[in-house]
Amino acid sequence: MKGNIIKYAQDNIDTDVIIPGQYLKVHDYAELATHAMEGLDPDFHSKVKEGDFILSGRNFGCGSSREHAPIALSHSGIKAVLALSFARIFYRNAVDGAFLLPIEIDEDAYGGISEGDEIDIDISTNEIKNITKNQTYKMKPFSEIIGKIISAGGLFKYKPDKD
Amino acid sequence: MNIVEKILARASGKSSVSPDDVIFADVDKVMLHDVSGPGVIKVFDKLKNQGISVDKLWDPSKVWVAEDHFVPSADKVSAENIVKLSNFTKKYGIEKHFKYGMGQYGICHTLSHEEALVMPGEVYVGGDSHTNTTGALGAFACGLGHTDVAYVLLNGNIWFKVPETYYFKINGKLPDHVMAKDLILKIIGDIGTDGGAYRTMQFGGTGVDEMSVQSRLTLCNMTTEAGAKNGIVEPDQKVIDYLSSRGATNVPLVHGDDDAEYAKIFEYESSEVEPVVAKPFSPANISVVREAPSVELDKSYIGSCTGAKYEDLEAVARILKGRKVKIRTEILPAAISIYQRAMENGLLKIFLDAGATIGPPTCGACCGAHMGVLAKDEICISTTNRNFPGRMGHIESQTYLSSPLVAAASAVTGKITDPRDLK
Repeated sequence: MKGNIIKYAQDNIDTDVIIPGQYLKVHDYAELATHAMEGLDPDFHSKVKEGDFILSGRNFGCGSSREHAPIALSHSGIKAVLALSFARIFYRNAVDGAFLLPIEIDEDAYGGISEGDEIDIDISTNEIKNITKNQTYKMKPFSEIIGKIISAGGLFKYKPDKD
Repeated sequence: MNIVEKILARASGKSSVSPDDVIFADVDKVMLHDVSGPGVIKVFDKLKNQGISVDKLWDPSKVWVAEDHFVPSADKVSAENIVKLSNFTKKYGIEKHFKYGMGQYGICHTLSHEEALVMPGEVYVGGDSHTNTTGALGAFACGLGHTDVAYVLLNGNIWFKVPETYYFKINGKLPDHVMAKDLILKIIGDIGTDGGAYRTMQFGGTGVDEMSVQSRLTLCNMTTEAGAKNGIVEPDQKVIDYLSSRGATNVPLVHGDDDAEYAKIFEYESSEVEPVVAKPFSPANISVVREAPSVELDKSYIGSCTGAKYEDLEAVARILKGRKVKIRTEILPAAISIYQRAMENGLLKIFLDAGATIGPPTCGACCGAHMGVLAKDEICISTTNRNFPGRMGHIESQTYLSSPLVAAASAVTGKITDPRDLK
């Protein structure tokens, strides 16, 4: 999966800046997308392109349980967020609702990848290739359940193994 | 097993579970509100288009619904969301729908304990991150998004990775001028906004034994701000009394085993905890009140699931009695039952005499939704739970988080004030 990076080199990007509280009453996905990242980067909506990735630091998506956050990013065209770590509800919302891929990266990838770099993510080999800089990084493999839900296409399509 | 492992083992039909086990847990109670409810309805619409049946819920008697974020309706869109929610509960036969303007209603997490909707030992999930609050009753209480809540409504269960548990042992009773809010802010300051990530934060020790149920609710409420999956306190007689006085019968108790394991134990001496604030723009950006910046405040906001329970209003009244506020002060009891008790016991008169404005129960300005949001450059001290950029209004407004005592003392002076320093 290839895309270009929009980088926010900071930790704790919270749901209040991903989609501010005043828009919680909005449930039209296209309208939510027009307000994505508004609390941090008012230019996001004009610069994001279909298939882009976001790169950020620790604890991405902390704060509220609002599913509006992965929805707003996904309907802006974001296919994956690469971060040093994720807050738990954002992570599970992204996966269970099949909105985007939350990719956990290491410091090498975080430091090595720059704004605008073209990246190729391969979740079958857990490799991230930086096409622009000709570098390769490792991503943290998905846990078994997360991998299965992602392959199924979201929680509702996932059939749990009954034991 | 510790209490969370015992609850999750029971709920998943296993004799035992350990941290990192992935389970499907049967859910005992599920909550949605006027933000997550319409979100769930949207998911139902999507499922219907995919040919998945959404004709009936697994068990409407286990579902309850709150109207709290944008009520009284802030505008046309939020009014329509309330109508949608009403149609939804009617269609699916959900009887426990707490409607504003029709008797008891309030913030969802407040209703969970005021209305005794959740019992010790239960698995309780809600479409709101502060669902963690209710762990103070001894339940596994955890916030989820719309897709997950929709899944629970249709299937009655949901997957969890069993969390490892951080145990916070609090030694001794908190001093009179220190509230549970100060303690949890201090803890978040120590461990950081991801310090409890994916984990349980359990609170115990003599300090917690001595604490009221409402104070324990404050502790568990803000485990969310440390990224925790849930917060919990082992239930005791106080929880039985609290729930029984609110109409519950046969309240069960559940405890961890004597040889329960914890990933890490943190100890705090209550006598060493001081009034603190979380400075902009993180709940982990902690300063002791006496060392806080000398800023001119514009407003004191006393509201939310975190800081407008009855006990919180009592604390505010202790400060405001016979005094006048110097800055705009807004007090919004978290539920009608609390509002009523505050009226009957004379608290509302104290607030009005002091010059404060009293608002209806609502999440309101806590999440920057409506009813008291901040303008550019305005600075607020607030009994709420988050102070990220733009949380309570304009992106360039600032919020200091504090206990109700500190918010009230600061309302009187217009500066961030330790209640002990009030003349």
